[in-house]
Amino acid sequence: MGLQALPYLMAMLLFVIGVYAIVAKKNIIKVIIGLMITEYAINLFLVLVGYRVNGIAPILTPDLAQAEFARRTVDPIPQALVLTSIVIGLGLLALMVAIAIRLYEKYGTFDTTEIKHLRG
Amino acid sequence: MVNLLPLFVVIPLAVAFGLPLLEKLHSPERTSEVVAVAATGALCAGALLLLNSGAGTYWVGGWAPTVAIGISLVADGLAKLLLCLVSLVSLAAAVFAVSYMERYTSRPLFYALFFLMVAGMNGVVLAGDLFNLYVFMEVAAIASYALVAFGCGRDELEASLKYLVVSALASTLILFGIGIVYSLTGTLNMAQVGARAPALHANPAVTLAAAFFLMGFGLKTAMVPFHAWLPDAHPSAPAPISALLSGVYIKACGAYVLLRLVFSVLGASPLVAHALIVLGAASMLVGVLLAVGQWDLKRLLAYSSISQMGYVVLAVGVGAEVLARGGPKAVASLAVFGGLFHLVNHATFKSLLFLCSGSIEYATGTRQLRELGGLSRTLPLTSGCCRIGALSIAGVPPFNGFWSKLIIVIAVVQAGHWALGALCVLVSFLTLLTYVKVQRYALQGPAPAALARAREAPWPMALALVVLAIACVGGGLLLPLYQGALVQPARDVVLDGLRYAQWALGGQG
Repeated sequence: MGLQALPYLMAMLLFVIGVYAIVAKKNIIKVIIGLMITEYAINLFLVLVGYRVNGIAPILTPDLAQAEFARRTVDPIPQALVLTSIVIGLGLLALMVAIAIRLYEKYGTFDTTEIKHLRG
Repeated sequence: MVNLLPLFVVIPLAVAFGLPLLEKLHSPERTSEVVAVAATGALCAGALLLLNSGAGTYWVGGWAPTVAIGISLVADGLAKLLLCLVSLVSLAAAVFAVSYMERYTSRPLFYALFFLMVAGMNGVVLAGDLFNLYVFMEVAAIASYALVAFGCGRDELEASLKYLVVSALASTLILFGIGIVYSLTGTLNMAQVGARAPALHANPAVTLAAAFFLMGFGLKTAMVPFHAWLPDAHPSAPAPISALLSGVYIKACGAYVLLRLVFSVLGASPLVAHALIVLGAASMLVGVLLAVGQWDLKRLLAYSSISQMGYVVLAVGVGAEVLARGGPKAVASLAVFGGLFHLVNHATFKSLLFLCSGSIEYATGTRQLRELGGLSRTLPLTSGCCRIGALSIAGVPPFNGFWSKLIIVIAVVQAGHWALGALCVLVSFLTLLTYVKVQRYALQGPAPAALARAREAPWPMALALVVLAIACVGGGLLLPLYQGALVQPARDVVLDGLRYAQWALGGQG
């Protein structure tokens, strides 16, 4: 435990804040912000998974021995994952905001308690 | 044959981005329809070709499989089964859409989203590593959000936003689970994770990851209590898309991945197996009880999807439970076979029923059961196909739904779960009741004056209906002919989780 559990705890805290916003907030824009917070909680978690104390960037330069490189470098895979995940998040955000704007044109409000035509 | 695998992702992606460009070039009318039907037809032929060849792994970019650092596309029995289903239903939906989408504007954009979704689903099914699976799942999901909102009316937008928020949260949970798995095993390749997972069974983090996967894919498959979004989202989409979403999307992006993770990657544990059984049983019962009370035809079909997917998850859960407690392998094998067979059958009859509902809405302009009636006289072909779909889903012999439900009931009882077996039979009876209601109000009775001039749908729509109806009837009668080629290899893959790890890394199977 201790330092090992820290990434889990930090990301979890942020994630729970995001879920709270999604569940409890009535304004669509705040729900969207909550969703983005959960997304960034995961990104933070992934980066922390690959983190190493006093690590170096994962670039193998000629003046660096391979063994030394493998011992000190941070894990590059989670960084690649986070980049991809950010791009996906951007696409999602654009679509969400577009739908929210169209909804506002139809209903004249962002309040989810007033936008509930579908039920049953 | 293995070299064909990337085409299943590349062709739909190329069509998706090519069609809007073609429109800008002022190509002749109906180009997009022709291209769409040709492309889905080619994918369908490719999937059938693949079925006859052995299993194999394709390493994208030729990265050596020795360290498994590259991206792999894996076609084993289970993946091929799902690939066939996606291709068949998307072909039927594309043919149906040729006439059905005439009422909508910007059809090239519709087909672009359609193919984006197909590319995503094919990618999910073929992906050999967890992160690519996630990326393809998001591609399919984002396309599906946009397609649900395609009509741009009040209801469509509301349903789409609801679906989007829930499904995006599910994706986040799944990515969390993938991150945990990566931090434990140091790899994303599913075969490697599967080989390293047995050593980790005491680790509570594996249970946490499994819980995230169950929540995430439970949301994507719309298992009760995660189901609230589906009855809004699936009916709001245009009918071909409803058929695709209910017919294959919730299977390729939900049930399939759940199966693969539970059996091949994390290994069947008693806790996960029991969770699956509870989710499946609850979905079966709650789904069908809500379906009986619906008066909107498409909403009724959507609730019934939840119930039918409950059968699949229950059967698979029973199989996992028998395996986890070291019970007889024959029972586990029968349960998984029943689950997979029901998954295939549900893809055929639910997409048929959704296309029928689209055809009825096209001809009459309404999908409220109270406003319909007498369609068996005005729309003989559509109502005939609708009857076949309803009989199949209700489990009337000799249609395909009967056999898969029978196998599930037998397997569940053999596993010692008498109460669950009884529940399966009860839910099957309630399903019959639901579809008798559809027959009674939509197809029988006097035709309201407003519907007297309703005309049969144009031939592309009728063709799509007939093809799927033949699949439903043939699926029941010709079971001994194709089960050896289609369903049994998939079952073997599910049961031999460890062998998957060996050959997916070794290259050829």
